[in-house]
Amino acid sequence: MGKKQIAVILGLLTSALTVDAGVAWSQKAPIKIGFLAPVTGGGAAVGKDMTNAFTMSLEDIGMAYQGLSYQMAGRRVEVIIEDTQGDPAQALTKLRKLVESDNVHIVAGGFLASEGYALAPKIDEYKIPTLFPVVSADDLTQRKPVKWLVRTGWTSSQPNHPFGEYVAKTLGYKKIATIAMDYAFGWEQVGGFQRTFEEAGGQIVQKLWPPLGTTDFGPFLAQIKRDANAVFAVMVAASALRFPKQYQDAGLKARLPLIGGGTTLDEFVLPSLGDEAIGGITPLIYSAALDTPANKRFVSEFRKKYGKVPSYYAETCYTAAHWIHEAVKMVGGDVENRDKFLAALRKVEISDAPRGPVKLDAHGGPIQNIYVRKVEKKDGELWNTVVHTFPNVSQFWKYKPEEFLKQPVYDRNYPACKYC
Amino acid sequence: MRLARFYEQPLMAIIVFLLLIAPPPFVSSFLLTLLTQALIYAILAMSLDIILGYTGLASLGHAAYFGLGAYSVGILATRYGAGFGVALPVGILVAVLVAAIFGLVALRATGVYFLMITLALGMVVWGLAHRWVTMTQGDNGISAIPRPDLGLPWSLTFSIPFYYFTLAGFLIAFSILRMIVRSPFGQTLVGIRESESRMRTLGYHVWLHKYIGFVIAGGFGGFAGVLWAYYNGFVSPVDLQLATSVEVLLMVALGGRGTLVGPALGAGIIVLLKNLVSVYTHRWLLILGAVYILTIVYAPEGILGAIKRRPKEMKTKAIGVPGLPEEEI
Repeated sequence: MGKKQIAVILGLLTSALTVDAGVAWSQKAPIKIGFLAPVTGGGAAVGKDMTNAFTMSLEDIGMAYQGLSYQMAGRRVEVIIEDTQGDPAQALTKLRKLVESDNVHIVAGGFLASEGYALAPKIDEYKIPTLFPVVSADDLTQRKPVKWLVRTGWTSSQPNHPFGEYVAKTLGYKKIATIAMDYAFGWEQVGGFQRTFEEAGGQIVQKLWPPLGTTDFGPFLAQIKRDANAVFAVMVAASALRFPKQYQDAGLKARLPLIGGGTTLDEFVLPSLGDEAIGGITPLIYSAALDTPANKRFVSEFRKKYGKVPSYYAETCYTAAHWIHEAVKMVGGDVENRDKFLAALRKVEISDAPRGPVKLDAHGGPIQNIYVRKVEKKDGELWNTVVHTFPNVSQFWKYKPEEFLKQPVYDRNYPACKYC
Repeated sequence: MRLARFYEQPLMAIIVFLLLIAPPPFVSSFLLTLLTQALIYAILAMSLDIILGYTGLASLGHAAYFGLGAYSVGILATRYGAGFGVALPVGILVAVLVAAIFGLVALRATGVYFLMITLALGMVVWGLAHRWVTMTQGDNGISAIPRPDLGLPWSLTFSIPFYYFTLAGFLIAFSILRMIVRSPFGQTLVGIRESESRMRTLGYHVWLHKYIGFVIAGGFGGFAGVLWAYYNGFVSPVDLQLATSVEVLLMVALGGRGTLVGPALGAGIIVLLKNLVSVYTHRWLLILGAVYILTIVYAPEGILGAIKRRPKEMKTKAIGVPGLPEEEI
């Protein structure tokens, strides 16, 4: 190595040091954010949307340190992404790692309801502020509240409460058969829908529960009652990819309109579906087709960067980073004071998230718009056109929280099927 | 050649014991929780080795007993507020009973048929955990299982006391299993593995021996499950799904089947690899896969098997007579 090269290297080092010393904030330790996502395993595709959107959001919030690092309120931000494999025990191990080994100030992420339930007691034990942008199990903000949890995503039954009324009154269906994945997520969605639909005068005439992982729906489709007006389906990921085609092939699409839970026809599966999905109506907290400046910007930026339309997993994780940013600003970067930080996280209100305005209710569940969406084809692509918006819907819909919480959580047999 | 037995020498045992007992104050609390996890999996892997390594029956349903132990604790502790004194015996007993029933079905077959039957039986238990929602809370799992209160001055909610608690469990399990495999009964299992027909000709009740081995393995699997439920404070159907059974099988294969130390070593390696490598790269599965392939290609008898074989080969060459099957551990 020549003398000249050494001089250059030394020069670079000194300049780096002076830059470091010149900026006051860089001397303070960084804000550490732990992010849990299923990077491998069955949920890997979802995990990719989650981590992509979260890091994109952090870039939007601002880069510092010569564009090499994220920043919030003048402090450097470090993100540690950990793989849960969609396994609750693994999620727990990773939470331990983030809190005990990395000393993070806040944790965000999680995918399955089981992960949420596994993490919940540990979150309170560690007293670590935690955001759940995706985990939607009802009881985490209802009957089994978690003090240190801030749910910025949704509850499973939330979109289906207004949707039940909408289907009975606006769409005018009177008799509906349901077919839903046989686990808590499916039960809570069907339960929420059944409650408001029947209170508005409708009748659930049949409930079918294909087990998780079903790929051939033929035996279930053959059972659907002929006197129903429509079919309400709750599918997720792999089953959602197959269901609409089989529904059409069984000759049902022409006769019984397909409606359902939001994930049945969300942006995560639409690109892989064909014309069989057109006309399906589902409610969710987000649609990529929302015509607001914030959403248009989000969709075009996400598409440019990752080559796909953002799903609700992407939107909720994108908003989660902004949520953290707002709270960090509120406490002036002092995230070490955990009580203050948690209080700030609970107070955050975001008025221009891609999905619209979001804030928390007294139970830590988000109050947000619910969009009734219809699948339409535009320029050769399938989009969830918003046909109706229910503004500021809480997890309790129109019921009083105290009375709502007295009933058990929705499950396979609750509410009972009176008209089956 | 004493070298072949170097890991059995008292000195080696003392070093290993010190290595197990010393780390807590010196390692980070996260690494300590990983070591705790490794010890629990080590018990599970050793228990599987009784049927896989010693008896020569590959089971793909061993996670079922693990899950039964864990679910017993989960249900008893959260629903009935039962303490350790109740949950431990019940957890083991449930696993033993189910193994006793499953053994009647599974042991009618050998080889790949045994594999398929145990797989199916494992799925039955998984299905029960998944669908019997009123009892198991289905896919959501049972959460908030409190750590056991033994009336000791050190609360087991902290990672160091819980590590020693698990270590004690591991040492007890190891000692009992070691006693079993070294006993005449354990030797008959090896005999059955080597030649079932010869054992039958010698007048042994082959089926009964296999059956007892199967039930013992189930019982210790349940014991590992009990510790697992307390460790995580959470149980879900993932704990007893097929992937867990396969993982334990790989632990045994990696460490060396037919030895007790091997599976324990394999469990440690896999738990640490899985959690430490995934910190550095999201492609950690590639590395884990490569480790499995390398083991199968270069050390089909596992790490400990490879260590054992080398001196043995030398001995055979020197004497020129194929050695008799050595005493196994």
